[in-house]
Amino acid sequence: MSLPKYTSLNYRIWHYTYLTICGLVFFFLIAPLFVILPLSFNAEQYIHFSAKMLALDPEGFSLRWYKDMIWGTKNPWGLAAKNSIIIAFFATIGSTILGTVAALGLSSRHMPYKAAVMALLISPMIVPLIISGTAIFFFMAKVGLSATHTGIILAHIVLGTPFVVITVTATLTGFDHSVTRAAASLGSNPVNTFMKITLPLILPGVISGALFAFVTSFDEVVVVLFLAGLDNTTIPIQMWVGLREQLSPTIMAVATCLIIMSTLILVTAELLRRRSERLRGINN
Amino acid sequence: MSTEQILSSDGIPLEVSLKKAERRNKIRAVLLVAPLFLFILIIYVFPIGEMLFRSIDDRKISGMLPKTFTAMEKWDAKDLPKEPVYAALYEDLSYLKENKTYGQIIARLNYEKSGFSSLIKKTVRKLNKFEQGNYKEQFIEVHKRWGQMEFMGALKNTAPAWSYAKYLKGVDLKFNQEREIVQVPEDRRIHKILWMRTINVAFWVTIFCFVLAYPIAHLLATLPMKYSNLLMICVLLPFWTSLLVRTSSWMVLLQQQGPINDLIVLLGFAANDNRPELMYNVIGTFVAMTQILLPFMVLPLYSVMKTISPSLMRAGKSLGGTPLISFYKIYFPLTVPGIGAGCLLVFILSIGYYITPALVGGASGSLISNTIAYHMKSSLDWAFASALGAMLLVGVLTIYWIYNKLVGIDNIKLG
Repeated sequence: MSLPKYTSLNYRIWHYTYLTICGLVFFFLIAPLFVILPLSFNAEQYIHFSAKMLALDPEGFSLRWYKDMIWGTKNPWGLAAKNSIIIAFFATIGSTILGTVAALGLSSRHMPYKAAVMALLISPMIVPLIISGTAIFFFMAKVGLSATHTGIILAHIVLGTPFVVITVTATLTGFDHSVTRAAASLGSNPVNTFMKITLPLILPGVISGALFAFVTSFDEVVVVLFLAGLDNTTIPIQMWVGLREQLSPTIMAVATCLIIMSTLILVTAELLRRRSERLRGINN
Repeated sequence: MSTEQILSSDGIPLEVSLKKAERRNKIRAVLLVAPLFLFILIIYVFPIGEMLFRSIDDRKISGMLPKTFTAMEKWDAKDLPKEPVYAALYEDLSYLKENKTYGQIIARLNYEKSGFSSLIKKTVRKLNKFEQGNYKEQFIEVHKRWGQMEFMGALKNTAPAWSYAKYLKGVDLKFNQEREIVQVPEDRRIHKILWMRTINVAFWVTIFCFVLAYPIAHLLATLPMKYSNLLMICVLLPFWTSLLVRTSSWMVLLQQQGPINDLIVLLGFAANDNRPELMYNVIGTFVAMTQILLPFMVLPLYSVMKTISPSLMRAGKSLGGTPLISFYKIYFPLTVPGIGAGCLLVFILSIGYYITPALVGGASGSLISNTIAYHMKSSLDWAFASALGAMLLVGVLTIYWIYNKLVGIDNIKLG
């Protein structure tokens, strides 16, 4: 943003101050994530930048904490990763199907009490997790599903659907309903129309909703803390336990892996969003 | 009328067949929403209802001491109860001892007044030595607390099957022996402080987020697309990153030997052997929560600012407004919807925050959620945890309702 030549000195000063402030805020947002990266390669046992690391001496760095994460004796990360992936996988499928179908109904203009129903379906996103966790814990204990994968998956479907409903209804607002009517007039049944016409068009919205649901389930810790037994431990639970005891370099290694994963998800989500905007003819 | 009625091709009046089609569409929409609606109802709304129910349900103890409470109905709680109450208590306790279930009333009575635990245990142990008649004296002989008004009054207070006593406890009130509502002793008034701290933290985190988010949302909305997309990553990457990862990075930064403290020492603000505590107090909670919730403020602000045409500011300037006045009179009012949305969202999220305060907050930085978790997992006073949860829920739903009125829930933007 270069300024035109005629701008006054005062405005110039103000403008550069403003840019500096913005730079600092961006730094505040992103820098904390990058503290973790070098520390996970620390050769020593402490969460501290050693003198060798600061001097960029190769001896200061090592992969030992990554090795510990994967092969370390009695380490919980393997089981936790397996559980996290299983739970997030099924929770994502459940929330995506339920959420997409509901979004189709919600964006129909014939839906009665639309605002009230929408407010109810979104509420799991708004209500504090500690309350959801407490309530779902009582329920799952009653129906005998506490400390089971099924119980946790059901709870995560509840927490994930609001994101799917929001993204898919947002995609459907720009949706031209005459194409489905055209399909119907050409003799297609509703299911066929959905699979062949509607779904391909709203797919970017569905996938980005699914990504949200996946991340919600994969990161969720409060509800799992209430529901999980020893066999259901997940990555966030192990991180929680580890952080409460003491900061260890192995946790930094796990955190680095998670940051890489979220970067990949972010890139996918961004590409999808742009594709969706292009398809819907929104030009920036 | 009937002569002019329009018929559709199959001879049915158009109005009728149109209504039929409309109804079919309506049923189809409802059927599509129904699975998720029922799912949420069963796995979410119903359990929350049950939680509310649990917070006022006090039937268990009334079922375990039925005769005592019936006998106590005639007692005015002004002086020690008469013989029939103690006789009934003897019968109830004997029955509980026989079935070995007296342990269940101990916990409940101890929440009401500490000291009941040893009282009941000792009494039950000596119950078989009791002789027929004159129970009052025998009870008081076993333990003098049976002759104290505080304990007998507390016992009577547990009699109602439904009770809002847990809600009173949530705001540091209680029933006294005369069943009047009074404040708890000064040294035990901890919940009001917690509520105030929770609201305080949520309020200031919202303000900090707003102050930090406004300039960068403006920059993102006004920069050319290729730069703003790059900077947007700085907002979205933390947004997509695991909460525990972000919290752990703050734990690294704020620890006593951490980089921020190193910097403070290097700049000479503190001596090396006297490093300030940045974590395990309210400072840690503030800093970490502000950074973690910042994207939730930036995104709504950005989506509103994106719609404001830059020509409006130019028009303001061309009409003689200084940049400051144009901003204040034109730009700022147009961003108010985004400010409302962002602030309400951040406030709602921060008022129920649990993980971050639990990890970096320590004792002085813990919030109401942490207390709920404590009563769920450690003290096991589930009814009290439910009552606190219900109070928090009412607060959050009120803000949610305002949010829905002002912003509309279907206008939430994600990413």
